[in-house]
Amino acid sequence: MISRRSLFILTLALAVAAVPATGQLGAQGKGTIKIATQTPLSGELAALGEGMKLATQLAIEQLKGPVEKAGFKVELVPFDDQAKPDVGVANAKNILADKDILVVVGHLNSGVALPASEVYKEANLAMVSPANTSPLITDRGLPNVSRVCGRDDVQGAVAAQFAKENLKAKSVYIVHNKNQYGQGIAEFFQEWSKKNGVNVVGFEGSEERANFDPILTPIKAKNPDVIFFGGEYPQAAPLFRQAREKGIKSKFMGPDGVDSSELLKLGGDAVVGMHYTTVAGGVKEYPKAKAFADSFKKKFNKDPEPFAAQSYDSTAIALKAIEAAIKDAGGKMPTRDAVTKAVRKVKHSGITSAVEFDDKGDPKKATYLIYQVAKKWDDRKMVKRLEIAAPQKKM
Amino acid sequence: MTDVPSPSGPTTGAVDVAPGLQRWRSHPVLLNVLVAAALFGSAILVWVVPRSIIAFMAFQASLLVIYLLPLDVRTKLAWAAVALGVLMPMLGTHNGYYMEVAIQVGIFVALALGLNIVVGLAGLLDLGYVAFYAVGAYLWAIFGSPQAAKFLPIEGVFPLPAPWFFAFLILGLAVGAITGILLGLPVLRLRGDYLAIVTLGFGEVVRVLANNLDKPWNITNGPKGITPISRPPLFFEPALSALGIDAPPSVLYPLLFYFMVLGIAAVVIVINRRLEGSHVGRAWEAIREDEVAAQAMGVPLVRMKLLAFAIGASFAGVMGVIFSAKQLFISPESFTFLESIGVLAMVILGGMGSIPGAIIGASAVTILNLQVLKGLSLWLNELRNSGLTVLGYNLADLPSQFEPAKYERMIFGMILILMMIYRPAGIFPARRRKLETYHRGEEPAA
Amino acid sequence: MDWELLLAIFPQVVMDGLVLGFMYALIALGYTMVYGVLELINFAHSEIFMVGGFVGVEILLTMQATGWLDTFNPFVILIFIILMGMAVSGVLAVVVERVAYRPLRGAPRLIPLISAIGVSFFLQDLVRLGESLWRNAFYLTYPSFAAFNTRIEIAETIDFSVKSVIVVVASLAMLFALQFLVTRTKLGKAIRAVAEDQPTASLMGVNVNRIISLTFLIGGAMGGAAGVLFGVQYNTINPFTGFIPGIKAFTAAVLGGIGNIPGAMVGGLVLGLLEAFAASYLSLLTGGAFGAEYKDIFAFSILIVILIFRPRGLLGEVVRERT
Repeated sequence: MISRRSLFILTLALAVAAVPATGQLGAQGKGTIKIATQTPLSGELAALGEGMKLATQLAIEQLKGPVEKAGFKVELVPFDDQAKPDVGVANAKNILADKDILVVVGHLNSGVALPASEVYKEANLAMVSPANTSPLITDRGLPNVSRVCGRDDVQGAVAAQFAKENLKAKSVYIVHNKNQYGQGIAEFFQEWSKKNGVNVVGFEGSEERANFDPILTPIKAKNPDVIFFGGEYPQAAPLFRQAREKGIKSKFMGPDGVDSSELLKLGGDAVVGMHYTTVAGGVKEYPKAKAFADSFKKKFNKDPEPFAAQSYDSTAIALKAIEAAIKDAGGKMPTRDAVTKAVRKVKHSGITSAVEFDDKGDPKKATYLIYQVAKKWDDRKMVKRLEIAAPQKKM
Repeated sequence: MTDVPSPSGPTTGAVDVAPGLQRWRSHPVLLNVLVAAALFGSAILVWVVPRSIIAFMAFQASLLVIYLLPLDVRTKLAWAAVALGVLMPMLGTHNGYYMEVAIQVGIFVALALGLNIVVGLAGLLDLGYVAFYAVGAYLWAIFGSPQAAKFLPIEGVFPLPAPWFFAFLILGLAVGAITGILLGLPVLRLRGDYLAIVTLGFGEVVRVLANNLDKPWNITNGPKGITPISRPPLFFEPALSALGIDAPPSVLYPLLFYFMVLGIAAVVIVINRRLEGSHVGRAWEAIREDEVAAQAMGVPLVRMKLLAFAIGASFAGVMGVIFSAKQLFISPESFTFLESIGVLAMVILGGMGSIPGAIIGASAVTILNLQVLKGLSLWLNELRNSGLTVLGYNLADLPSQFEPAKYERMIFGMILILMMIYRPAGIFPARRRKLETYHRGEEPAA
Repeated sequence: MDWELLLAIFPQVVMDGLVLGFMYALIALGYTMVYGVLELINFAHSEIFMVGGFVGVEILLTMQATGWLDTFNPFVILIFIILMGMAVSGVLAVVVERVAYRPLRGAPRLIPLISAIGVSFFLQDLVRLGESLWRNAFYLTYPSFAAFNTRIEIAETIDFSVKSVIVVVASLAMLFALQFLVTRTKLGKAIRAVAEDQPTASLMGVNVNRIISLTFLIGGAMGGAAGVLFGVQYNTINPFTGFIPGIKAFTAAVLGGIGNIPGAMVGGLVLGLLEAFAASYLSLLTGGAFGAEYKDIFAFSILIVILIFRPRGLLGEVVRERT
């Protein structure tokens, strides 16, 4: 009995010893400023989250000069939000506890960013988002939240307009995956289509991941010109593939959630020729990002994923804001409050676009791209590029 | 960490817990010094090194020390009060993350104790327990935010003012219990394993409803979730400022939630202990051991089962209300089957039917999830980035698919299998079960 | 309301429902056989089914990489992967029984059920980890065969693919073979004897442990075959594919009368048709107010209703309470 218990305690002790103390013993002197990332570093979306983290790391290394000259060390603290709201909130509390963290770069998922940003707000800690496209992110009017990317309401409308004007769609059928992101963008697609005289012949949501028969049967009977899927590639690919197998001839469209080479791997010939919209796009669409892509590849031995370049820009903005805040504080360690205010004033000519924030934290002009999938993922073609201002809050 | 050591009877408490430490019973001073050293030592460590996970785990372990040492019940309770009532809030204010961990542990302790009544005492396997938690959470989320105005034709009432929160705590309790009875009425006549599947189905139905009831009437706002949800009023703020303490809401809210969760968890523990020893508790255990015999002895089967379901569900309902207020944002994602299994794993790990077991199981699993696995993942990540070479193998090549935090299902699965095979009574077996087995002179057996 | 449209898709919906129903029936067999013999809900059966699907996709992807896929007749390949899926899943089911259920025989009923849930979770993540390391992805697709995707047109609005026919024919063949095995052979008699009364069967010279292993082997093999057919039909598979079809198949088994082989088939078909109709028609009938997602609610409500009013299922035998 006693031996088993001591064994248990021993195991526990070993487990404890194996856990690293993630924090250093306080800050050395008063001179360390930290930038945190919160992205999924594990799970299905780990590749995107990891790319965002690495781009932030790269940006800090390349651009920390001015802040270092002012006498501060700059460090990156990566957090893994696992794409789960609960984890994101717990991490956010952990971030607040580290007084040296002055800016958060993140998240990937709007569903995580929404509750986590409420926590940042408690300390007025700035969050610069490279990837959250939900309109709610900025429409809540939080003073500490800004983003460098576009919004789903615009993206949905851009997609719908493209369907009408370029694909000459008279009727569309909208399917979504019943999650926050997918349903959101599907609704914006529907709204624009209805307003502009495109016949929305169906609007259906399903969490199904394999058997799309019951959804496709009515679609086949209604024979729409375009099928728009609001969601991500693991569902988009089998849906479109089964649709073609059933003999459905409609054109396919999707949002940035399908922007992954996996789409082509899973969907095969069925997705070749389909169109998708995105707020990020490949690095090659941004001439200024060439140097970034090269140094990223050199340092980490892989190509930057979507949203990596945006993370680089977000970090650059964060560093500029910190620099300005240090200046205002007379060379002393700036407060979170000061940095948050400075973020909104930054005018930054980034590698993806020139960023300047409006009073909600949206970029005054955001980029939206439309791609067409080709036989090889790298050959996918950008067919349209738009710069659109964020809509004013409707309330 | 809110594992309040449950007051065990003066004769069995120490004997049960740690027979090996028995001989120290006659040195209470020494023991108290030991506790004080562990508690304050680790607390100071956390204070000095606020970001070290090891320091915080030492503090958590010192709470376990209080429980394990053969002190008398009053002394244990006093120490627990010091640790949880004074030290923990101080440390939690110093580092808000630990407060979050403590609050989550408290929530799961209450959930595990609720499920413990259903599964552990009455022997009814409920695989959809998180549904009741969801019902409580949505109850306050809908009426404590502008959401209610979207389907009720009343203007300007919603969100309800913050003080309503306390009324909703009671309402959450009631609605949880009613949902439990509504589910229980048709299905409790079923045999055990059918019941398990039906409850699983019920859990899925509640989640699917939450995900789909944004049309035709927008009740739950579907997958987009509900935000912002009102928080309870900081009613003690004037009192604090009268004392000259000025703290921002970002400090006061976690404190409020912490003490609410602590208080409710304590109440739940007391109710559990009262029920366990009462005729109701004995009736449940009789049902668990042998339904036919229990019925023959005059135990009203359906009524007793319904009672177990209702009480278990009501705890989840209350905690749901607190969860939604704490989180400010809820969506159906938080109420998946995995959450139900997580709570079940807590109960089983600690020991089915055992109150200290459920408490320690909940603490262990939550800490495992929030701290240990995440810490390990981050550590692996750092190792990979450092490009260290071990035995000629470059760690940078370590596949990024190895993320301990992402394999919680596998860990839960192994816990469930191994516990069932080697220790079905759990880490801290239920007292009655233990008494029975000791009586027969056996180890707790499969 | 567009009655013409509703009528036009009717035959197609029936076909979709039949395909889904046969799939449920095949999976349900695993639940039914194990339950008949051990009175245990083999919760891990949905993962046995999922593993079958992965065996199929792994073989096909390997063949594709080596170029063999085009050299053999697709029907030969199909039979081969079904057999392989059956073998691996059957053996896995036996292993699971030995490791996680046999040590618990005689324990209270909840104990093996919880252990089964543990196995189910463990297998899901094990496959995910394995595939993540091996292919760097755990959503996999079946390579498609032109021969299976050919559509047979019956009328203007009615056509179905060759693979749907394959699913139906293969399921029927396996169901009849199993029914024959259980009712007409000596082995079947032994299985029925063990289901009826283990001690007595043992006294009559039946090796109970061996029969129980065999039951798991057969049930697992059926699940594996269903996994491969599922992959061929819907051409996508991931480690969590098994969960929902597993629950539905269990519902089908209960619906038809658990422990009863024709019952599993009837239950599966009823459930499959019901789901197909709910998913295709609900949205059309209610003008979009209620969508396809309510199909799961339908399935679970039916489970509850059946359990209350006809606990023995549609074709149920008398199930004795064993305590």
